[in-house]
Amino acid sequence: MEDPVVLSAEHLHKNFGEGDVLCGVSMQVRKGELVSIIGPSGCGKSTFLRCLNFLEIPDSGKITAMGVTIERKDAVWRRADEHMAHRLRTHVGMVFQSFNLFPHLTVLDNVLLAPRVVKGEGGEVERAEAMALLEKVGLARVAQRYPVSLSGGQQQRAAIARALAMRPEIMLYDEPTSALDPIVAEEVLGVMRTLDDEGMTQIIVTHDMRFAQVASDTIVYMDGGHIVESGPPEVLCVNPAHEQTRRFLRTLL
Amino acid sequence: MKQNAQYCPPRFWGLFLRCVCMLLAVSWLGAGAHVAHAQEEKPIRWAADASSDVPYTFHDLKDQDKLTGFEYDLMQELGKHMGASLQFVQNDWDGLIPGLQRGLYEMVICGIEMTDEHAEGIDFSDPYYITSERIVVRRNGPQLKTLADLNGHAIGTIKDTQAERILTENAKVQLRTYDEETDAFMDLANGRTDAILIDGPIAKYYGDTNPALQVVGEPIGRVEYGIAFAKGQNAALRTKVNAALATMQHDGTLHRVLLRWDLWTPEMAQLTNDHTTLNVTPAAWNAYVAELEGKGGWRIKLERYIGFLPQLAKAAWLTLLVSLCAMVLAVGAGLALALLRLYGPTPLRWAATTYVEVVRGTPLLIQVLFIFYGLPEFGISLTPFLAGVVSLGMNYAAYEAENYRAGLQSVAHGQMEAALALNMTHAQALRYVVVPQAFRLVMPVMTNDFISLLKDSSLVSVITLTELTQTYIRLSSSYFDYFGTGLMVGAAYLLLGLPFVRLARMAEKKLAQPHMRRR
Repeated sequence: MEDPVVLSAEHLHKNFGEGDVLCGVSMQVRKGELVSIIGPSGCGKSTFLRCLNFLEIPDSGKITAMGVTIERKDAVWRRADEHMAHRLRTHVGMVFQSFNLFPHLTVLDNVLLAPRVVKGEGGEVERAEAMALLEKVGLARVAQRYPVSLSGGQQQRAAIARALAMRPEIMLYDEPTSALDPIVAEEVLGVMRTLDDEGMTQIIVTHDMRFAQVASDTIVYMDGGHIVESGPPEVLCVNPAHEQTRRFLRTLL
Repeated sequence: MKQNAQYCPPRFWGLFLRCVCMLLAVSWLGAGAHVAHAQEEKPIRWAADASSDVPYTFHDLKDQDKLTGFEYDLMQELGKHMGASLQFVQNDWDGLIPGLQRGLYEMVICGIEMTDEHAEGIDFSDPYYITSERIVVRRNGPQLKTLADLNGHAIGTIKDTQAERILTENAKVQLRTYDEETDAFMDLANGRTDAILIDGPIAKYYGDTNPALQVVGEPIGRVEYGIAFAKGQNAALRTKVNAALATMQHDGTLHRVLLRWDLWTPEMAQLTNDHTTLNVTPAAWNAYVAELEGKGGWRIKLERYIGFLPQLAKAAWLTLLVSLCAMVLAVGAGLALALLRLYGPTPLRWAATTYVEVVRGTPLLIQVLFIFYGLPEFGISLTPFLAGVVSLGMNYAAYEAENYRAGLQSVAHGQMEAALALNMTHAQALRYVVVPQAFRLVMPVMTNDFISLLKDSSLVSVITLTELTQTYIRLSSSYFDYFGTGLMVGAAYLLLGLPFVRLARMAEKKLAQPHMRRR
């Protein structure tokens, strides 16, 4: 039996005023799936990912995540829409290329801030949970340090722990290892693999073909604001249906 | 528990804010009690600028807490003759008439000349004193004895007086006008001017008492002083005052007061029709001269400086209180303005921008005067203290707003996105992520701003608050001692500012946690 669909995007359009960045992109992600989105720079893959939790507001289209649906019918972004986006984000965590840790807080406080502010949970239980999360990403020892004193890999793992603290069902990663050297990147990818084993649904925009090939359930190839094709790595990487995909893969491998 | 401290504004600032709020509350209570007390007795209030106004109303050289002067004595007699209790109100010279129209007091007696121009803005009592203009020169300078002699020389006088008009009509002099008598005499003594044309009493008390100067020539023109009332109001009080003045002319009270100050003039004899010679020694004049002669010598000076300390402490306290309250207001309002400018809806954004531009584009002095004397026309009547705090605070809010705006903008955009992605609202993201980081960035600038606010607080002296600068003017001008008192007041400002520089440096260090250090 197939896992249920936890996130679906239908016909997303986005235009920043200089031509379409997304031209009607649709995608479905099942529970526990690990999806890698690949494609040349400027193909719209990051914009697509950022639309999924409404950091970027699509011009039209519809997104459903864990039963929360937002449909863009006209150009106006209403208070009610903002409210729905807020609800949607309770199910969706995000990790950025540049980590974006809060520099004025310790690692532990970075993890604790959102639960405390958003959910009003600031007790010993949450503290223990936060420490457990840091343990999981291998950062328990540096919990009281400030982000600036951490290596890039440590910072990115802290950012993952911070996102996990809100107990999301879906995680989005926007080029999580692009700023890291390959050895350090491996620490981060290891954490993502662990999460995959635990059944987390993850969508990753990446340039790391090796990781995408080894760890993904599905690889999505985007170009020019379209999804050109998608499929399991053994199909897409070995025998892509489109010439475009083939050419892109050839430049990488 | 350590974590909690990270989210609230750090404990240090919380404590700081609380202290300031308490100070504010205490001072308001004090002010309130004072007003309530005043309303019970309903004394008639009269105002003068006692900061540098020998021999009219000034602080006794022997005892700076006591007022004296021929007008002051005259007002005491007037109170007795009217059977009313009179209350003195200090105000800066430039604020005397506006304060009258604002209803801060009912009368002004401060050597105001009864000219047609003045009569357009205020009502006058009958004249209580008539004198004339006199020429004062340096003993070793050119001896200019008549108006014609003055031609071609640099001549000093007080601005907006009959003496100034006389000199203007005599077009060939290089006119120098001053706000303060002491400054005019300083410049004459230092050779910056060759003569001063000035009202008789001032010429006598500043010129005759200075060994380097002398009063020369014949009296020129005629100057009448009257008590000023707000235009078209208080006719009943004016009648009562005129009646009392008339009695004082007849029973010789006025004569005796003026003789005590050695200021009886032929014009007064003519006015009062009192040509008798009373056996009154000019005790007040003698005392003043004696006190001035005793001003040399280090021991006497030192004793006098020590005597200044309580006054300086009081003034420093007021300066500090006004500045602290104003800074708290500036920080709060500034942050609100900055947030509105950056994140507010369009009309509010526009309003905040306009506010900042208007406030930064107009002089603080105008703002202080506008808030204290202008706003009452719209029914907003603030106490001097509140008006001082509001005008300084709202002025600095504009500068702080720009400061914060720069700080907020320099916090990376990714910080806001990360917070939103963590399901915080915009407001929460600002409150917990962006503002705390911006605050650390702007700390050093804020410290500088507070130091300049401390100094700018001197401007509130124009709305009757006797703070440090006002105290300096008063003390230095009554003793002609700009140097010693200047050092003392300067030291007071430094002492006030230093703890804040240190405090800010401490806070900066505390806030600039390891995260600010670059590897």
